[in-house]
Amino acid sequence: MNMFFQSELFVNLSYILASILFIFGLKMLSSPETAQRGNLISALGMLLAIIVTLMGNNIISYQWLAIALIAGAIVGASAASFVKMTTMPELVALFNGFGGIASLLVGSAEFLNITSSLNVIALTAVFLTVLIGGVTFTGSLLAFGKLSEIINGKPFLYFGQRAVLTIFIFLSFILGIEIVVDSGLLGISRFYLLVFLTITALILGVLLTAPIGGADMPVIIALLNSYSGVAAAAAGFVINNNVLIVAGSLVGASGLILTNIMCKAMNRSLMNVLFGGFGAVSSSEGNKSGEIQGEVKPINTSDAYLILEAANSVLFVPGYGMAVSQAQHSVRELGELLEENGCEVNYGIHPVAGRMPGHMNVLLAEANVSYDLLVEPDDVNPIMDTVDVCVVIGANDVVNPDARENEGSPIYGMPVIEVDRAKTVFILKRSMASGFAGIDNPLFLKENSRMLFGDAKESISTLVSEFKS
Amino acid sequence: MDSLFIMLLFVLILAIFLGFELINKVPSTLHTPLMSGANAISGITIVGAILSSGSDSVLLTTILGTGAVFFATINVVGGYLVTNRMLGMFKKK
Repeated sequence: MNMFFQSELFVNLSYILASILFIFGLKMLSSPETAQRGNLISALGMLLAIIVTLMGNNIISYQWLAIALIAGAIVGASAASFVKMTTMPELVALFNGFGGIASLLVGSAEFLNITSSLNVIALTAVFLTVLIGGVTFTGSLLAFGKLSEIINGKPFLYFGQRAVLTIFIFLSFILGIEIVVDSGLLGISRFYLLVFLTITALILGVLLTAPIGGADMPVIIALLNSYSGVAAAAAGFVINNNVLIVAGSLVGASGLILTNIMCKAMNRSLMNVLFGGFGAVSSSEGNKSGEIQGEVKPINTSDAYLILEAANSVLFVPGYGMAVSQAQHSVRELGELLEENGCEVNYGIHPVAGRMPGHMNVLLAEANVSYDLLVEPDDVNPIMDTVDVCVVIGANDVVNPDARENEGSPIYGMPVIEVDRAKTVFILKRSMASGFAGIDNPLFLKENSRMLFGDAKESISTLVSEFKS
Repeated sequence: MDSLFIMLLFVLILAIFLGFELINKVPSTLHTPLMSGANAISGITIVGAILSSGSDSVLLTTILGTGAVFFATINVVGGYLVTNRMLGMFKKK
């Protein structure tokens, strides 16, 4: 019996079962009612795959394995338990990078293992695993650095950017071809070929992520997520393993779909996001329009309270500023008080608000806002005229009317939440500084706009206490 | 070798199509958990890592494999736990 559990057949049957669990898990992740169970089912699949692999005949020494497993589990579990919800984008980026480096190491380990003879296909897979794994790793680390503001979040552009990128891509393919055909023309040993390829891949990851600015982060995070899946699938071709290929492809496909959704939400192509350096170029262009006229009309919290108190429908529109000032709990409190006051409250969430896909939804869920109150631009824009008050909290580009009205604007054509069509718009803002894209926002000067200057959390808390008194 | 490759390629292509079909209609509310949940699945590379680390072949392979196990375990354990924590907050009242 023991023999059977270690047999190739049993291991492979278990991998099939694990793949099925991943598929069901992912499927269930697409509905809020079943999502948590889906995640558990997918985790069960992973546990199964790990256990049967550990039990298999091929595993001879457990010593290092056990240390690495336990150490990794401790690090992963503590990071997941202690992270604050506002720093979720950074953590996701970091985990993603670890997946990338793991695939890179698997590819390298098999390549340097002289006891395993790799054919042309496996060698090509080694090349792709190392290349994509390396790009994922440094790309994700840089994204982590930018998101956690260890590194300046502004896009980093330099002269000859595309030329440098092309050279490194070319170089990586030369090394890749040599790894596969082993012609000896480069005069480098197998080991150094791999080292050079790894270095090239790591540099490429930096080069690809450095030009991406803060507001474009949701796109690059989704794309890196896709890469980590592709790297795992490529590793599957190195070790001829189906479960790696299935799971990796599923992740690759889902990441690509998310990337596409994010690009559409910004009305830009993926190429434009990757090489455009949006935030850096547009600041000079944006000023050319120069037709923006009117004055900024500030409002204080007591006046804002009176207007909110009389409102029948209120729409909160959060952006990255809400995450920065950690205002989500105060916002939920204000929302509940408004509802008690007989007002209809909704939250309009733009797909690219914040720094990762769905960032605002997570923060509001953390603050206990019911998810059916979170509405998308397409649902809320048609009824915008009936909204009494829009409260814009630290959002800027995603509510910019220039996207509809000013053809010269760099964001023209981007789908936005049309808050300026509401009867009154409150804009909570620290100062008059422009958003991450560095473009002027004529919303602030509109007739029905009122600026509520100051820290968003303080302003909202003051409104809450006005309601309570 | 060729037939094995074709079989793996077959699996790859089908899985990609399946992935597109599965994720196509995810509400934006769930974008973050979907991403971190998918990210945890990409930690499947841990299977390859275990095989490299435990097969006791060449020292260098064992070292690299062990490193891979460490990073992949962080990815898997951290990824699933953080997704679970996030999804626990999504409630309807």
